[in-house]
Amino acid sequence: MSAAHPEPLIEVEHLTMRFGGLVAVDDVSFSAGPRQITAIIGPNGAGKTTVFNCITGFYKPTVGRLTLRADQEYLLERMLGHEVGQKARVARTFQNIRLFPGMTVLENLLVAQHNKLMRASGMSIFGLLGLQRYRTAEAAAIEKARGWLERIQLLPDADRPAGELPYGAQRRLEIARAMCTDPQLLCLDEPAAGLNPRESAELNELLVSIRDRDGIGVLLIEHDMSVVMRISNHIVVLDYGRKIAEGAPDMVRNDPAVIRAYLGTAEDGPDA
Amino acid sequence: MAYFTQQLINAVTLGAIYGLIAIGYTMVYGIIGMINFAHGDIFMIGAFISLIGFMICALLGISSAPAAILFVLLLSMVFTAVYGWTIERTAYRPLRGSFKLAPLISAIGVSILLENYVQLAQGARPKPAGSVVQGGYNLFRADGFDVRVTWLQIIIVVVTVVLMAGFSWVIAATSLGRQQRACEQDMKMAALLGVDVDRTISLTFVMGSALAAVAGMLFLMYYGVVDFFIGFLAGIKAFTAAVLGGIGSLPGAMLGGLLIGLIEVFWAGYFSSEYKDVAVFAILVLVLIFRPSGLLGKPEIEKV
Amino acid sequence: MGDRLPALLKDSALTALMAAALGLFIVGFQTRDIGQGLFFDYQFVDLGIAVVTIFFGRLGLHLAAMGLKWPSFALGTVLGAVGASPLKMPSTFLHWFVVIAGVLIILRTIWPWANAALAKARHSERGRAMGQRGAKWFGAILLIAAVLLPFTPFADQKNMDLAVLILTYVMLGWGLNIVVGLAGLLDLGYVAFYAVGAYSYALLSTQFGLNFWTVLPLAGMFAATFGLLLGFPVLRLRGDYLAIVTMGFGEIIRLVLLNWVDLSNGPAGIGGIPGPTLFGAVFAETAPPGQQTFAQMMNIPFSSNQRLIYLYYIILLLALVTNFFTQRIRRLPVGRAWEALREDETACKALGINPTNTKLTAFAVGAMFAGFAGSFFAAKQRFISPESFTFIESAIILSIVVLGGMGSQIGVVLAAVLLIGLPEWFRDLGAYRMIVFGLAMVLIMVFRPRGLIAHREPSVRLHPVRAGP
Repeated sequence: MSAAHPEPLIEVEHLTMRFGGLVAVDDVSFSAGPRQITAIIGPNGAGKTTVFNCITGFYKPTVGRLTLRADQEYLLERMLGHEVGQKARVARTFQNIRLFPGMTVLENLLVAQHNKLMRASGMSIFGLLGLQRYRTAEAAAIEKARGWLERIQLLPDADRPAGELPYGAQRRLEIARAMCTDPQLLCLDEPAAGLNPRESAELNELLVSIRDRDGIGVLLIEHDMSVVMRISNHIVVLDYGRKIAEGAPDMVRNDPAVIRAYLGTAEDGPDA
Repeated sequence: MAYFTQQLINAVTLGAIYGLIAIGYTMVYGIIGMINFAHGDIFMIGAFISLIGFMICALLGISSAPAAILFVLLLSMVFTAVYGWTIERTAYRPLRGSFKLAPLISAIGVSILLENYVQLAQGARPKPAGSVVQGGYNLFRADGFDVRVTWLQIIIVVVTVVLMAGFSWVIAATSLGRQQRACEQDMKMAALLGVDVDRTISLTFVMGSALAAVAGMLFLMYYGVVDFFIGFLAGIKAFTAAVLGGIGSLPGAMLGGLLIGLIEVFWAGYFSSEYKDVAVFAILVLVLIFRPSGLLGKPEIEKV
Repeated sequence: MGDRLPALLKDSALTALMAAALGLFIVGFQTRDIGQGLFFDYQFVDLGIAVVTIFFGRLGLHLAAMGLKWPSFALGTVLGAVGASPLKMPSTFLHWFVVIAGVLIILRTIWPWANAALAKARHSERGRAMGQRGAKWFGAILLIAAVLLPFTPFADQKNMDLAVLILTYVMLGWGLNIVVGLAGLLDLGYVAFYAVGAYSYALLSTQFGLNFWTVLPLAGMFAATFGLLLGFPVLRLRGDYLAIVTMGFGEIIRLVLLNWVDLSNGPAGIGGIPGPTLFGAVFAETAPPGQQTFAQMMNIPFSSNQRLIYLYYIILLLALVTNFFTQRIRRLPVGRAWEALREDETACKALGINPTNTKLTAFAVGAMFAGFAGSFFAAKQRFISPESFTFIESAIILSIVVLGGMGSQIGVVLAAVLLIGLPEWFRDLGAYRMIVFGLAMVLIMVFRPRGLIAHREPSVRLHPVRAGP
């Protein structure tokens, strides 16, 4: 925990998740600060995605408390699936991209603004009547989407089906879609997977700008150490469902437990 | 007491038939994850081929009941299996990798197609069949009521038990069974390890259809009548049995079949026969809502 | 090519052999009930002709697939000619069968060429713009034709009846399209809501004397309420389970109507349902006491066509309302959320969309339109019984949606005309109608899973479409 932020954005306490007899996450506690990028790393099967699924409401944790402190305090473990996104405004992306492939790029970004637009459309009634109030809200939503399309360089592709985009563009679009929900916490599950070095560098820039320009706290699962070491403020290391280390990148890099469990031997590259 | 015992005997007989059909649903679901909506109509085809088989027996002058049953059993299994094989090959296999609901929609199409094909070729009116096996055994007499088990009921239960045992052995102990279980777990991995996935799936359909054919023959012998529409209701009941037992599980299908037989017969016997089908539909709905993994199935974990 | 011929012949022979095995008993031995017991009518000639046709058909398709244009074209022509010739075959069905085989081969032969041309048109910017304008114009022309139809010479009793029937299915198709096409929920019990609408009007009009226009909104509300009640517990289920459960509900409602005689009069049905009125005027030769007929009100001579034309305009109006509503709601957040749910429910949850509520609205809205259509059906038929609301009816509506292209409005119209209109026009096709339905569903899934009209127009655009010169 860095001293500059006494009040963490999200606090994970004693999180445990069991599937039948299998313990996927075992008594993990950590916290992540606001306006910071916090990376969760660890070998395959360490339980990183399970932690994400607990935070974002896809799994109900067996034990543990997940507190989000933003505009107010939310106990995420008590919220039902979509409520985490709707009320606590925790947004996420997926390891295997999950866009709405048949809908256009712009539509993907509008669906992300569903809850706001739904209120403006008066449960669809104002919308059906074509009232001014709804049309203003829709125009604002489109403007917001346009802004994000410019940031991720997809403006010319706005009206193409999302499924037709190249892989790297789909990754960026999924992040932009998550950002269009006005999140208080953004969770990214391996955003650099499958990207080439140039795309990976662009991703770094995007994530840094989300942190510094938009002021959003980011939680990141990543295997690509060039991303993790360069942009994270704080790193949490999991192995076999347990937390084995936590700290600033330089500290984690030199932690003997991490080297032993995660990197194999000290001589191997960090991508082993 | 006597009435109860008699109902129990009838229920077990009916349950055996449902169980045989349910295996076809459960196996196909286990291996490719689709509801083969047309399976009930495969059963109907099996019943029709059996009817024609028995008539051919009569023409050929085969008068011994065991010989006739054996002849019709083989005939019906083989030729119904051809239907199962063809349907998988033409209507389902091209859809692997299509959108989620495509195989189900295609199966509904196949179901409509089969029903109307048989209606066109064989007519819409119910076909009566003479009884092949008569007589029975009076178990005991109570409350002025003979509790009776017919030879036919015994045949039905024995055939079912033998087939199910043989079948469980195939799944548990043969290389085909191993390949089927491998495909159930992970089709891509099985293919990489040299399992011929297409052939395994085809054989699954062939086996399921052959069992449905047996059920069709037993149904025909038991009720003595068949028409093009019997597959719809029997199919839904058998599907309910498969879901109730836990879809994907063979013992579950048998257990589910038995339970559906019990529920249907006792509901009709003690409450009202008008609402017996409503009872089965209601069970289907309730099981799917409250326990979609059924009695013996494993719950699915949503993977994100 | 010569060295591949034996393999082709072998494959065609195998296909024919399988066909023979399939048909041997079901087609070859027709069972006839002649008073005392069943007898066989042997139909091996029919079977033989069909099997030979399948052999040549398969061979022709192979040749066409290999690009051997002339041999396959010749084979197709020969088959077509044989089928169409006055040659004596046991049934007209076989004539059709042979002709269709020939036509298929010819179509397969010219397919690569046609497909290339289509793909080229579809991919050019100009072709796209033209396609969009074309669809708009086509829709407008269709609408004008529909409005003017009763004043054309075609408007005889038979055609108007048929037009009303087709429009009823168009409306049902559009209603189901909201559920299946937009929200991606396979509803196999849609006919249940149609039944709720029909029985609402039948009971409220015969028991309480309410008129059509009062009951219409009520029937829609009842059906939507049913949709909410049934949908709430089941909409969490996976797609295929949902389909089966909705079918179960559909059957339960039908069985209840069949057996709850006090409410529904059971299998005997409800008769004497009044037709819709226009400003209180009835469409009949003589009015009941206290009312006047339409003919009296307008001071024109009575004709039975007036009633039919009035019904026609009601169903046209209802269908258009359904269409307008769908077009509109597709561009609203809830409509986009429906489509997003169809594409990926997990992603929707992550974006904070409540999947159950969103699906529920789609389910209820679809049910509401079925309720409207149902009360129209009762008012038109003046008699309803549970027989009109079987699973097959749901399957017909579903096949219209699937064939038309899930989510496509104009596709539903085309499919309804094809599937409902054609068999009525050509009476001898009637017996094969359901076979065509079944076959169409399979073929569409195999060859064109997105339906006849696969184009999806985005609900909103950032850049205007560049129009052609």
